[in-house]
Amino acid sequence: MIDERVAFVAFAVVALTGAVNVVVRRNPVHGALWLASAFLGIAGLFLTLGAGLLAAIQVIVYAGAIMVLFLFVILLLNLEAPPFEGISIARGASLLAGAATVALLVHPLVVARELQLPAQPPVPDVPATAGNVAAELFTRFALPFEIVSLLLLVAMVGAIHVARRPRPGESA
Amino acid sequence: MNDPLWLMLLKSVVVFGLTMTLVPALVLAERRVSAWMQYRVGPNRVGPFGALQPLADLVKMLFKEEVRPGGVPGFLFTAAPAIAATCSLVMMAVVPLGGTLEIGERRIRLVAADVDLGVLVVLAASSIGVYGITLGGWASNSKYSLLGGLRSSAQMISYELTLALALLGVLLLGADGTGLGSFSLSDMVARQAESGVWNVFRAPLAFLLFTTAAFAETNRLPFDLPEAEPELVGGYHTEYSAMRFGLFFLGEYAAMVAGSAVIVCLFLGGWHLPYVTPSEVVGVGGAALQAAVFLAKLLAFLFFFIHVRWTLPRFRYDQLMRLGWTVLLPLALANLLVTGGLVAAGIL
Amino acid sequence: MVPQAWYLLLSALLFGLGIAGFAARRNSLVMFMSVELMLNAANLAFVACAREHEPARGSVAALFVIAVAAAEVAVGLALVLALFRLKRTVNADEARELRA
Repeated sequence: MIDERVAFVAFAVVALTGAVNVVVRRNPVHGALWLASAFLGIAGLFLTLGAGLLAAIQVIVYAGAIMVLFLFVILLLNLEAPPFEGISIARGASLLAGAATVALLVHPLVVARELQLPAQPPVPDVPATAGNVAAELFTRFALPFEIVSLLLLVAMVGAIHVARRPRPGESA
Repeated sequence: MNDPLWLMLLKSVVVFGLTMTLVPALVLAERRVSAWMQYRVGPNRVGPFGALQPLADLVKMLFKEEVRPGGVPGFLFTAAPAIAATCSLVMMAVVPLGGTLEIGERRIRLVAADVDLGVLVVLAASSIGVYGITLGGWASNSKYSLLGGLRSSAQMISYELTLALALLGVLLLGADGTGLGSFSLSDMVARQAESGVWNVFRAPLAFLLFTTAAFAETNRLPFDLPEAEPELVGGYHTEYSAMRFGLFFLGEYAAMVAGSAVIVCLFLGGWHLPYVTPSEVVGVGGAALQAAVFLAKLLAFLFFFIHVRWTLPRFRYDQLMRLGWTVLLPLALANLLVTGGLVAAGIL
Repeated sequence: MVPQAWYLLLSALLFGLGIAGFAARRNSLVMFMSVELMLNAANLAFVACAREHEPARGSVAALFVIAVAAAEVAVGLALVLALFRLKRTVNADEARELRA
């Protein structure tokens, strides 16, 4: 069978190229499509980690709904791709900030030797199957679950209201 | 997922071959059935009963001139129909053609990809399929195509909700003795075979909602406004010609096949027919019988798809969206609530 | 087995790219996309770290992140649309005055 490391590298390459292209591309439509492909790569990574339900939800919700919404807005706004202005000081500083963040996050991995040990096999009695995730979600995390449902309702109502065109006779 | 590589490849080839055989047959069937319903004859010149007509259409599409409009992003223009076709084909990978085949000591499940997340793969593939339509509309560099593409994809994502909720309503019925359900389509069929009652009798509303949403997802009448000729010329595939259009066409019919296959497995008992294919673990002859039963049901449901197209009038776009959001979605939620209650009370 | 450190390194890289994108680009939609990238990096870290101890919990945490991100995207895009109607631009630098 295909080695797990090969699968990791393949999906990681997809995710990273997508991420780099999101930042680099001038045309926001291309950026959105590269981000969708990055999300598919991350879904693959979830699969290699054994989180099948999460991978499916990542594809269905993130790549298949959120990015489609992004694409809708970008297409409806009919934006033009601005020309490349060159690396200004601000852009250089932001790249530096990104690099500094990576260094900060990677630093414990380098310093603490125990994180570099090969991973132990996952706990066999609670794998991240849909049944176990559901058991956790609806018992121990039931309150956050309900709160998130309320949050989604609030966000829906808010989004509809904010994006509404003013009816004739109303002010904006 | 314990199959050796050669077996996986063989199953993939079989499923792919089956779908690619059904699609041209479906094209012909559509024209003949519509002709029969309209009291005319349909194509009958090319081969016996017009059987070679799809081949003629294929040859025509292959040799037609590929017209590419100016200002079109090359890669996306070509990729859009490919995405649509690929996603439809992926859906067929999780559909069980039969139960478990037992040859000697080897047990082979007659599914190309027997994953635990069966139906979620179908939902995921249909979510990604929306990109094919949206990009096809945008990459054509034309107002009509863009509008048609956006309309079509808005319709598809709206009805995905009803699809998923109706699906949940029927998945509740798939719990076995321990109360644990399964996303896998082969498990759903096995449970229907065990209980002997098809899910369409236990969850009729879910069946209706799922079928309606499947019609909307595949952009078939009565939900095909975005690609109807009197509207917006051809919608998202206006600017496509020859083989690229052929791929869109293929994608649409393959989605029909996949959708029908999923509905047959979820609601109509899959490969199970009482007294004919009772058990799940079978030998070669039993497996062939199961596959034949499945195919018969699939063809019957595809006939239903075609029949509906030439019977019902088309919904206007606002009627379509209003139906999806204000009627079907609350119905699906109510169905989920009621089904959950009945299952918890032990009635269903 | 793929060591956990590899996943964390990848997550750090994605997060750093998100930060760089958010700070470097002025198109508010691209900034938004960088934020989504950062959220996904966090999800990856959650699931990777949870794998050895309680894998289901990692998935639950990531699910909450995805749900909140969906809500955030809906509201954020509505705001971008409203801003576009007012200012005819999505450039974040052009929307720096309180007056319309």
